[in-house]
Amino acid sequence: MNEPLVEIKGLVRHFVARRSALGRTLATVKAVDGVDLTIQPGRTLALVGESGCGKSTIGRLILRLIEPTAGTVRFGGRDIGAFGDKELRAFRREAQIVFQDPYASLNPRMTVEQVLTEPLALHGIVPAGKRRERVHELLHLVGLDTRFARRYPHEFSGGQRQRIAIARALAVEPKLIVCDEPVSALDVSVRSQILNLLDDLQRRLSLTYIFISHDLSVVKHIATRVAVMYLGRIVELAPAEELFANPRHPYTRALLSAIPLPQPRARQQRQLLEGDVPSPISPPAGCHLHPRCAYAIDRCRIERPELGGDGHATACHRWRELPPAAAAAMVEPPGPRLERLMAKFARRNDGLASAGVDTLGTG
Amino acid sequence: MSALIDISGLKVVFHGDRGRTMHAVDTVNFDLARGATLGLVGESGCGKSVTALAIMGLLPKDSTEVVGHVRFDGVDLLALPDSQLRDLRGDRLAMIFQEPMTSLNPAYTVGEQIIEVLMRHRGLTHDAAREKTIALLRDVRIPSPEQRVDDYPHKLSGGMRQRVMIAMALACDPQLLIADEPTTALDVTIQAQVLELMRTLKEKSGAAIILISHDLGVVAEVCDEVAVMYAGEIVERAPVGELFDNPQHPYTIGLLASIPRLDRRVDKLATIEGSLPDMGHVPQGCRFAARCPFAIEACTAAPPPIVTIGASHWSRCLRAPLDGDAA
Repeated sequence: MNEPLVEIKGLVRHFVARRSALGRTLATVKAVDGVDLTIQPGRTLALVGESGCGKSTIGRLILRLIEPTAGTVRFGGRDIGAFGDKELRAFRREAQIVFQDPYASLNPRMTVEQVLTEPLALHGIVPAGKRRERVHELLHLVGLDTRFARRYPHEFSGGQRQRIAIARALAVEPKLIVCDEPVSALDVSVRSQILNLLDDLQRRLSLTYIFISHDLSVVKHIATRVAVMYLGRIVELAPAEELFANPRHPYTRALLSAIPLPQPRARQQRQLLEGDVPSPISPPAGCHLHPRCAYAIDRCRIERPELGGDGHATACHRWRELPPAAAAAMVEPPGPRLERLMAKFARRNDGLASAGVDTLGTG
Repeated sequence: MSALIDISGLKVVFHGDRGRTMHAVDTVNFDLARGATLGLVGESGCGKSVTALAIMGLLPKDSTEVVGHVRFDGVDLLALPDSQLRDLRGDRLAMIFQEPMTSLNPAYTVGEQIIEVLMRHRGLTHDAAREKTIALLRDVRIPSPEQRVDDYPHKLSGGMRQRVMIAMALACDPQLLIADEPTTALDVTIQAQVLELMRTLKEKSGAAIILISHDLGVVAEVCDEVAVMYAGEIVERAPVGELFDNPQHPYTIGLLASIPRLDRRVDKLATIEGSLPDMGHVPQGCRFAARCPFAIEACTAAPPPIVTIGASHWSRCLRAPLDGDAA
């Protein structure tokens, strides 16, 4: 087994939700409430869950964009919490982030060339005379024409902007990229272009991804392992194939079953969760899901379930007793005619993708 | 039985700076029967929301030109004076927007906002309107509506706010409800609840619904019929089952192919290469031809014909009907 690239132990992060007039803390949100995770190099770990489950907070903690309340994050065996200024700067070269909104994450006053040159200059990676060449290389890498270098972000579509944001993250040749909902703001057809690009880059550059998303169908495509989160805790952690074939936790099952399928016949066969996600300021005792869970018993209301098991871990007292999940069986494949017609779009894409992405010419 | 809404030759042109014009919607024709639910699907910029705003008469008059006819129960909405249109909106015509937080007034309780609608259009007294409002909130399954009616919008979750919007839209029993991406801002489990609610309400209220969405899955959940839009035109129209089993426009097929598959693992996702044509200068031939794996030379020469596939199913494609062996 490889040495993990990222190792998270007992990670906790509280935010102050309310203060008194004198500044005393009145209420805290436990955004991340005791999370352990390891991420292997060259793989993709997906963090999945709904708004407020803590998935983005974990992403920021891993990059040390915010400090944890408790717990440690190790990157390549070293505790990033102990890094001084100089080490932190070096760490920024190794771990990067791509945000959801490509309209907000690029400075509108900078040309693409300036956006991509900034990290090169900041870290002194490429000598000034060679930076333009490197910018062109980066654009090529993400499938953009080099003549775009002099343009401003507003001249690009959402998908193209996201390519620029990815190129910026790649500029410093990182090992790890945290992708925080990178395709959520994009149209379906563009979404798959960006997912294919991320996939390609991972293979070529041996990148490790932490892929944060609320969309399980996207996650199924891109992830090696999936951690499902609910109110600050991981409720299920398993290899992607296994999680989708055999979801154990009632919350995972509900998430899967809530995906609207492009199959009118599949209507109304779902297990809906009742009610809303409770306030994270005062989450329910025991298992956080119990007020919404059809299988909850007294034990669930009192005792917090631990995330047990190595290969396929589930934080549910009752997972062994639950009826087998029907989620996967619900999906019916399209007919042979449609499958053949849809393949036209797949085949065409294969040729273009390999032509558009070239290897990175540096060590 | 005549259609409730009959749209013919609808065009929307935006006039921008320096004499630039953009044809956001170009000759859209469709009709919808009472009680039917039509999904209007397409990606950003295809003109689906502009079509909805044109129907509702909500486009700014000074910079937009709306041509054609929108017949609602026999009356052309585009020819109505503003005052009469205002009487219709919120009454027989209702609309739900994507972001409930920006469409609710933060300075008033949710109850007051629905009460206002009922007093304006139904002439109810405040007390009667309040009672009816509580009943409406109960219909959209808001827990303890007697208390919630006095809450301000910020006190409610996103899903609850969208329920309030739905309750407000249904307050006067509209004949036509337009829902523009009603669940896009919601989490997936909450989206499932709201879609379920819309299905129930549609049967109960008997209103015709136009559901605008970029998500084919959402449309498959709720709609009876689907119109797929691309670059300002409807490119395919079909009953919902037919559209998903037997799509006949390459763009529809491309959209379906781009959805990540849950039934099996694929190495590479299918994509629709390229991007929308510049809406200032749309190509003369088929607008999708440049991105279409089925395109032949004739596709770029002239606008494609509308090919009838079956009962209420047509496709704006020279190559339709497409079969699986098509070269």
